Amino acid sequence: MNQIKNFTKGFIKENPVFVLLLGLCPTLGVTTSAINGLGMGLATTFVLVMSNLVVSIVRDVIPDKVRIPSFILIIASFVTIVELVMQAYTPGLFDALGLFIPLIVVNCVVLGRAEAFASKNNIGSSIIDGLGMGLGFSFALTLLGAVRELLGAGAIFGFNLIEGELMLAFILAPGAFIALGYLIALINKLTSTQN
Amino acid sequence: MASKRESNFLNMVLTLFIVSAIAALALGGVYTVTKEPIALAKKKKLEAAIKTVLPEFDTLRSEKIALGDGEDSLVLYFASKSKKVIGTAIKTYTMKGFSGRIELMVGFLQDGTINNTAVVSHKETPGLGDKMDIRKSDFPTQFKGKNPSSYKLDVTKYGGDVDAITAATISSRAFCDAVKRAYDAFENHVGNDKK
Repeated sequence: MNQIKNFTKGFIKENPVFVLLLGLCPTLGVTTSAINGLGMGLATTFVLVMSNLVVSIVRDVIPDKVRIPSFILIIASFVTIVELVMQAYTPGLFDALGLFIPLIVVNCVVLGRAEAFASKNNIGSSIIDGLGMGLGFSFALTLLGAVRELLGAGAIFGFNLIEGELMLAFILAPGAFIALGYLIALINKLTSTQN
Repeated sequence: MASKRESNFLNMVLTLFIVSAIAALALGGVYTVTKEPIALAKKKKLEAAIKTVLPEFDTLRSEKIALGDGEDSLVLYFASKSKKVIGTAIKTYTMKGFSGRIELMVGFLQDGTINNTAVVSHKETPGLGDKMDIRKSDFPTQFKGKNPSSYKLDVTKYGGDVDAITAATISSRAFCDAVKRAYDAFENHVGNDKK
């Protein structure tokens, strides 16, 4: 697979949220606003790229039967390191995203890409896969966050567009599922007409 | 799977041991390096909160107050300017938040009037309960200049004088609960030595 295809597949064709349906827990929980979705997406992208890199480096050294525990150890360690570093050196950003960082460990996108791609491909391709998937994930989360913020609070990225009472359900869990469902259906429709 | 190493017992044990050891080393190292910056960042945040809730001061004296069985202690900060105590900041908490513990800093003038409040930490829902933070809405400004001896610390729906955040009654009431806890501590520990 050429590297351009490798990079762009994460956006629509193999979007981790809308197509692969991975990492839905943090997706639903975090996307109460566009900026939250974006922040979580970027933090996940960083972990994804780093874990893909490390897994790709050690892919020939780790015996097959212990690959899952090993990958999880690597991913969890990275996330904890990211959390500690953010807490120490970027306290403002940590206050904004702090709740979401530990959620990255259980994000299936990270383990999923380690298992499906990084453990079977070279370092360069793995990094690009991580980047593409991570940015596609960020795109999905930002989109979902924007939809929920607009319908639930009448704002986007904090900018108030509509005043008054709106559909609060969209800030809460039920709205998350509904909004995600419709977005998945929409993306499916768009990609099927493309083929 | 592209692993060239056989999954025999020795290889698996060795791999897991080495991966764990490296992870433990990396985590221990990062923890040690970030321990001080994190403590410093926490201290700075508290100091900023105290400065927000009290009028200008030049000395601060802190005192931890135990509240009795099953309850956490509060910390009182006596602020003086030119050797005269001008206010008391109290780091208070409540467990009645929608998502658990909320910590506030409440600044009282010597007659018990609330000078200002600041949120230290919370886990409330973004877009709803998180509006208790001054950066998200002006909910906290209504407490300024009010004296709890005549100002009822509960939301109007429940007979109090506080305007709740729309659709975030629980968070609003929890905020009041934390302020009330601080005022009770103020009455018991500061009220007595009013000069």
